[in-house]
Parts: sequence; C-alpha cells; structure tokens
Amino acid sequence: MNISPANTSGTWKKIELIRQPSRPTVKDYIQLIFSQFYEMHGDRLFGDDEAIMGGVALFGETPVTVIGQVKGKNFEENKKHNFAMPHPEGYRKALRLAKQAEKFARPVICFVDTPGAFCGVAAEERGQGEAIAQNLMEFMQLQTPIISIVTGEGGSGGALALGICDELAMLENAVYSVISPRGCANILWKDASREKEAAELLKITAQDLKDFGICDYIIKEPPGGAHLSVGETAEAIMEYLFDALNKISQKDVAIMLQERYNKFRRIGEFEE
Amino acid sequence: MLEDFFKVVRIRMEKSYKEDVHPGVQIPKDLLFKCPRCQHTAFTEEFESARKVCTYCRYHSRLTAKERLRMTADKDSFVEMDANLSGKDPIGFPGYEKKIAELRESTSLTEAVITGHCEIRGQKTVIAIMDSHFMMASMGSAVGEKITRAFEYGVLERLPVVIFTASGGARMQEGIISLMQMAKTSAAVARHHAAGLLYITIITDPTTGGVTASFASLGDIIIAEPKALIGFAGRRVIEGTIKQRLPEEFQSAEFMLEHGFIDMIVDRPNMRRTLSSLIGMHKPKKTPGNGV
Ligand SMILES: [Zn+2]
Repeated sequence: MNISPANTSGTWKKIELIRQPSRPTVKDYIQLIFSQFYEMHGDRLFGDDEAIMGGVALFGETPVTVIGQVKGKNFEENKKHNFAMPHPEGYRKALRLAKQAEKFARPVICFVDTPGAFCGVAAEERGQGEAIAQNLMEFMQLQTPIISIVTGEGGSGGALALGICDELAMLENAVYSVISPRGCANILWKDASREKEAAELLKITAQDLKDFGICDYIIKEPPGGAHLSVGETAEAIMEYLFDALNKISQKDVAIMLQERYNKFRRIGEFEE
Repeated sequence: MLEDFFKVVRIRMEKSYKEDVHPGVQIPKDLLFKCPRCQHTAFTEEFESARKVCTYCRYHSRLTAKERLRMTADKDSFVEMDANLSGKDPIGFPGYEKKIAELRESTSLTEAVITGHCEIRGQKTVIAIMDSHFMMASMGSAVGEKITRAFEYGVLERLPVVIFTASGGARMQEGIISLMQMAKTSAAVARHHAAGLLYITIITDPTTGGVTASFASLGDIIIAEPKALIGFAGRRVIEGTIKQRLPEEFQSAEFMLEHGFIDMIVDRPNMRRTLSSLIGMHKPKKTPGNGV
C-alpha cells in the first residue's frame, strides 16, 4: 500500500481541524440554528449523562427534537461532558427523547461528534453494548423523520447510536470511522505513532463516505474550517436541514421507514 | 391425577442430568487440554467427551461452528444458506485478502458465521453460529449480510431465529462498511420482532464490541454459556484507562447475569433441551403481527 505524503496529510489535517478546541459544538449550533431550546435531562432509569444533550426546540416554526454529543472548549468543559464520550444513560436519554419526538410527530435532528462511547467499568456494568444496540433497533423503527449530521468526529458505535436516520449529512471536514486511527495503527503495526497513515488507510472523510453511499450530503464549511466562521457554518446547516426536512416530512411514514431500512440494508460488499 | 404429577416429577428428575446430544466426532489433537481460566489440565479425550467443558471450573471453551452445530441440531436436519457468500476488500486494507484466503484454507469456512435452518429436538428454527477461529468472528460485509438474511428468512417462513454469538467486534479491515453492519443487522432484528417471532441469543466466549452493541443484545431471550466473556469495551482498554487490574469475573456471563443483561446461564448438556422447550413455548400467533 503506497500512501503519498500529500494524501497522508489530507485526512490528518481534517482530524487536527475537527479536534481543535475552537471547533463549534452542538451548543453553538443549537443556539444559532434553533429557537426556544428547552433542554431535557435524564434517562428515567439511572441518571443524566452530560456527554449527550437533548431537548425540544423550534426550527423556524416547526417543533423538533435535537440530540447531540457535547464537546467542551476547554478542559473544565470537557471534564463536565466527559470529552463527549457517553455512558449507557446518555444513549438511553437519547432514545427517550426520540420516543417523545415520535409521540408528538416532530422530526429528530442528531448532531454527532464523539471520539466514541466511553470505555469504563461503570459503562460495562450498566450495559454499554445493550444501550447502543437498543438505539440502533429503535431508531430504525421510529415513526418520525430523523436526520443525523456528523459535525466533527464520528467515533464508531458511539457515533452510530445517534446515526440511524433517513438522511446522513457530514460537515466537509468531519470524519466517521469504525475505529480511531490510533487504535488501528496499534493493532496493525503495533505502533500508535503511525496513526496518520492509518487515518488515510481507513477512508473516513465525508467524501469517502459519500463515495461508499453512506453519507447522503456534504455540508460545505467556510474556507479554513467551521471554526473560522461559526455563523456561516450554521447557515449552511440550516439550509441543508430546511431542504432535507421538507423532503422527508412529505413522505408517507411507511415509505419513509422502508427507505430507511433500505438505506442500511444495501450497505456491504460481498460476492456469492 | 396427583399420581400423574408425581410421575412427571420422577421422570423429570431422572432426565435432568442425562445428556441428550449426538456423540461428537473425536478429533485426536494434543494429549492435554489446559484450561485458560483455571489453568487445570485434563486429558484431551476427557475434555472432548465433556463437550469441551473444563471439568474443574466449568469454563465452556470455544468451539468451531461445526462442533457447535453437531451439538445443537438434530442429526441431518441442518440446511445451510448462503454457504458461498464472501466479503470483498472495500477499502483495500493491507494484507486483508491474503489473510482471508489463508483462513479459508485453514478453517474450511468461507466466513466467520454459518447460517441455515435446522431442527432442535424437532423444533424447526433458523440458526446462525459464529466461529471465533475465523478472524475472531469479526463482523464485516459477509457476516452482516448472512445474519440479516437469516432474520429475513425467519420473517418469510415465520420461524424463530437462534444465534450463537462470538465475536471480537466490527471488522476494522472493512472500515466504515463494517460499522454499518451493526445498523443493518439490528434493522433486520427489528423486523423479525415486529412480525411477532422469537429470537434467542446464546452468548458464547468471547462476545464483544460491535456484535455486543448490535444483534447479540437484542434477543427476546438472552442465554450465555458459563464463564463466557461478554462486553463492549476490551478489558485491556479499560485497564489502561483506570490504571489497575480488573477482577477476573468482570465482563463474565455471571457478571452480566448479576447486572441484569442476560436471562440465564445454560451449560452445554442442557442447551438443546432448553432451546427446544423455549421455542415450543413461544409459538407465534396464527395471524401475522403488524410486521412489515
Ligand atoms: Zn477451568
């Protein structure tokens, strides 16, 4: 496998860009894109996970449910939000809010930005795997439109748990991967320092995912990245959401669910 | 009347410790088996005839899919589906094609799961068995597609689905395509549930990562084998984070039972009877449910 230096820097530059502290977070987008946001807390089972936030808001005149992983802009904020790495109760809160959206027939908009689901003792004790699995199954059948937007890091199953949707969009510099480049380099070469190579190898950019038919739409960022103009980025997201919601909301629910099933059903490369 | 009941009880008591599986084919290998859990050694012959269960600590060691099938399905009842379905190399991962080719040679499997339908003590069911000897039974396109088709066949034929899980998780070598298999299989489970049909998961050693976080955790009934490792995150990853050793029972079947994530632990001699009884008690309603 030959990787040209130019290529290597391509994916890695994006990763550096989306990991920098000034990268806009779900909090910025909620403030700029929606009005009257009321945050809802807790999974009604164990606790409230601040790695995921969610609530009801207006998109124009339309009530919507907004859910997303929360990154911080400094160490204190990141500590509070556990570096956007949710525990099971975070995913269960997301599911509770999605069910609430279904009951009141409003669309669900997920903002995905996480290094992954948290790996720890408490997360295992409370069923991290079960919580993610339930979200995959339940979001698949949710009788209301779902749009997911990867705004930064789409880290594995922890991202996918908010990624079952009718349409998946990605910000231009966002990535979405089955494993962190670091983890991949560690397994493949027993050398974590080769993560830049692994990043390229894994094909994780928005364009890669569009080529695979997994990402439906790439939302342009301002030149130099979203952090250089949060306002412009928010406007681009708004524009996309407006069109996507219009399109999906017009569909008959049964057709929408069938298309959602097909969207994931056809992913896979095999022969027989 | 009462006497009939006593008779039933007596028969049950006699039966409960009898084994009911076809004699497995003996594969002479090394002379000794060393249990990875309790370190005890036993003669391989003794270990094999105990269905590869450690006689000291009851650790149910890993089986090949073929061994599992022989222990589970009624003789000659298994009809394989999608036997030749194999994955491609979607991201051109270094060494992946070669590795797959070698594994096909050494395991005589085409992929990490075999699927089909069979009867278990006369109860017809769809069955999928994952084999950890094939790339740690990680889930790529082929595993995802075969599992999905198994559920779709179950819906079509109105049959239960029984899956013996074992997996290291999503198959990194297929990149994002492998992650999406979690979504695809969970979608297929959802439809099988919506059709009012029974899905039983039997978690075997080891079941981790993306398989735990998808279809393995979605059974109506979740069974585990004694001492099986079950978890989402790798043990070493967690140990690295918390900078201390985890107790041995962490992420074991017994641990998961205690924390409420599995229904029961069933050992090998009782597996066939348990499965056939449960299937018999969960016949679908005559009219299909609101499934699609
Ligand atoms: Zn032992």
